[in-house]
Amino acid sequence: MTDNITGAEIVLKSLTEQGVEVVFGYPGGAVLPIYDSLFKQNSIRHILVRQEAGAIHAAEGYARSSGKIGVVLVTSGPGATNVVTGLTDSMMDSIPIVCITGQVPQHLIGSDAFQECDTTGITRPCTKHNYLVKDVNKLSSVFHEAFSIAANGRPGPVLIDIPKDIQFAKGNYQSSKEVKIDSHRLFEPKIRANDQNIEEATKLIANAKKPIFYIGGGCINSGPKASQLVTKFVEETKAPATMTLMGLGVIGAKNKYSLGMLGMHGMYEANMAMHECDVMINIGARFDDRVTGRLDAFAPNSKKIHIDIDPSNINKTIKIDVPIIGDIESVMNQIFSSWENNNYKSQKEDLIKWWNKIEEWKKIDCLNYDQGEGSIKPQHAIKRLYELTKDKKTFITTEVGQHQMWAAQYYKFEEPNRWLTSGGLGTMGYGFPAAIGAQIANPDSLVVDIAGDASILMNIQEMSTAVQHRLPVKIFILNNEYMGMVRQWQELLHGGRYSESYTDSLPDFVKLAESFKAKGLRAKNVNELDDVILQMISSKETVIADIWVDKEENCFPMIQSGSAHNEMLLNKYQKQDETSAEKGKVLV
Amino acid sequence: MNKSVYDSPKQVEDINRHILTILVDNEPGVLARVVGMFSGRGYNIDSLNVAEVNNQHLSRITIVTHGTKEVIYQIQSQLMRIVPVHSVSNLDKEDSSVEAEVALVNMFINEKNKKEAFQICDLYRARKIENENNTVIFEIAGTSQRIDTFIKDISKITEIEVVRSGPVAISSIQKNEEEK
Ligand SMILES: Cc1ncc(C[n+]2csc(CCOP(=O)(O)OP(=O)(O)O)c2C)c(N)n1
Ligand SMILES: [Mg+2]
Repeated sequence: MTDNITGAEIVLKSLTEQGVEVVFGYPGGAVLPIYDSLFKQNSIRHILVRQEAGAIHAAEGYARSSGKIGVVLVTSGPGATNVVTGLTDSMMDSIPIVCITGQVPQHLIGSDAFQECDTTGITRPCTKHNYLVKDVNKLSSVFHEAFSIAANGRPGPVLIDIPKDIQFAKGNYQSSKEVKIDSHRLFEPKIRANDQNIEEATKLIANAKKPIFYIGGGCINSGPKASQLVTKFVEETKAPATMTLMGLGVIGAKNKYSLGMLGMHGMYEANMAMHECDVMINIGARFDDRVTGRLDAFAPNSKKIHIDIDPSNINKTIKIDVPIIGDIESVMNQIFSSWENNNYKSQKEDLIKWWNKIEEWKKIDCLNYDQGEGSIKPQHAIKRLYELTKDKKTFITTEVGQHQMWAAQYYKFEEPNRWLTSGGLGTMGYGFPAAIGAQIANPDSLVVDIAGDASILMNIQEMSTAVQHRLPVKIFILNNEYMGMVRQWQELLHGGRYSESYTDSLPDFVKLAESFKAKGLRAKNVNELDDVILQMISSKETVIADIWVDKEENCFPMIQSGSAHNEMLLNKYQKQDETSAEKGKVLV
Repeated sequence: MNKSVYDSPKQVEDINRHILTILVDNEPGVLARVVGMFSGRGYNIDSLNVAEVNNQHLSRITIVTHGTKEVIYQIQSQLMRIVPVHSVSNLDKEDSSVEAEVALVNMFINEKNKKEAFQICDLYRARKIENENNTVIFEIAGTSQRIDTFIKDISKITEIEVVRSGPVAISSIQKNEEEK
């Protein structure tokens, strides 16, 4: 225990003890004492962003690309409200974040003081937990607990609101060893799953005729070992495996058992296989509506096994036959020993038939497109980006829209933690700051934000951050001059009335890059594409590559809202049937 | 089933009343977390009760809600995600728990209805509470059903004003739930 240091010093000491190397933040009146302590030390690096939303998305990118906890420091009032989107985003996608907010001094709380807001009230539903610290002697224990909660069980954001008088007050520091966290506040006791359920699961898998693995982001959160074990088990059973948007990279795209992504814009063969399977093994996914399509027609003839660390995910929307609650890495070890102890083997004959069926579906070649000469197809732009970067250690982030789905379809991920996208919340403006965070965590790697022309403007101010910190982040804009995904839905569901989805008055992205003293590149024609990509990746600077793509290209295949997995549209000539369309229209 | 943007497979499931008893750390904001989970996810609270238990660091929240089996399971597991929550028990099985509620009833008594009103109070073993303003206030405790019928009977005779606590309940099976 260290006596009599200020609250602000306790903050820095706690962060240091927790192994924090980087803090993403933006100063203001209510955090000045913490910024003062930051100034007086050298172990923690502060990345000044240009808007607090940038700080929290950068922390998310940092966390997801490194497996560490992302740390954010912002002021009271507007500083705090600006991080609400990012907190919600990390809550939805289970990203570990500790967010420190300043608060007005305690005697002013409740008086509508300047830059006062009820931060813990506002952020209660969008954090795993939050604190308003009222006793400087509890500050260090709050920090140690916050870091445990953020990373423990299903990860997520934790917020610590610190009144300014607490930052000035003197108190005692307790090290993390001196702080005992009550076990009910953590997940720990439930890491090992119920053995009987494991037995039931392996028996089902061993006897399955048409099994499929449905793999989600939980595998990535469980750590790289979990992905290896899942891959090993898939190979052992020789069953097909499909991944969610958040799960891409758990099983390498080149692995012969991988069917790629499933869901609304997933692969035809993956969705058809989900529809027809007899045993579904969900590992760390949560039956999101973007994955299931119409619930009453979701894998109608299957028994479902669901492995998840969060019991509230079990039976939330889909009835589960065998629930397994636990951390994926340890559950997979249990599954392996059960599989081996029982001497299980998959049903060879049945699996051959099953794979033959899948091969038939693959022949549809659902990602087929026709590049031709002249203007650039967005799909082709991603494909070339992949071909020209696949041999490097590349991290891809995205914004939200068509470009995000094309990135998921055409960029092939061989490893976990290389793909950073806003899945649950679908936050436009996520990708660029997330790329900044990923670049900070991986200074020698190539980090590319695959962006849309509309999304990139949502956090374009972070160009300053990237340039200031000499981060060679690449922004690869698929510029269609539209909020393409909105336009696509308007085309399919609203009679082609393109209400407010044209992105008029776009900046000249090359000049915009140059005005920030970054590099601007442009490709207008398919024969310029490779050259621009090569220039982009060989540059040591921050780069915006403005890729002009076909404006009215749609993202296929697609399961429209209201349809089932076996009712995919493969191209613009197919239409959803009327009743599903009417029902689907009211859905999101 | 539960909530989704999609229609659920049609199945008719019974909606039942459940009493959840939730043991929480007695810290600021804990009630808001619990109540916010219900409102944020669109679940109903029929009644709510909260008080410290014998250990001053703990509080007991009793919530009466209704829903299908799946909805109640979902509510329970969402509650368990809240960091200061120790345990959640569903006291739905009548033979394994005891419940009680308190009501205070202010009666507008006159010479005409006095005798009959007091007879009913007697029958239900409602207790008269003396007070400085000499108004007629009765206290009745028991199951919610019992209080319902009392109120129904007494209001046939006189106008009344009622406040009810909502039920609290306790398991009648011995267990050590403080250790989750
Ligand atoms: C913050 C936010 N606001 C609105 C939306 C709704 N939305 C989803 S995609 C999209 C259009 C994105 O356009 P662009 O970035 O150009 O990508 P494109 O679809 O054209 O590839 C919009 C407005 C959103 N996802 N996030
Ligand atoms: Mg666009």
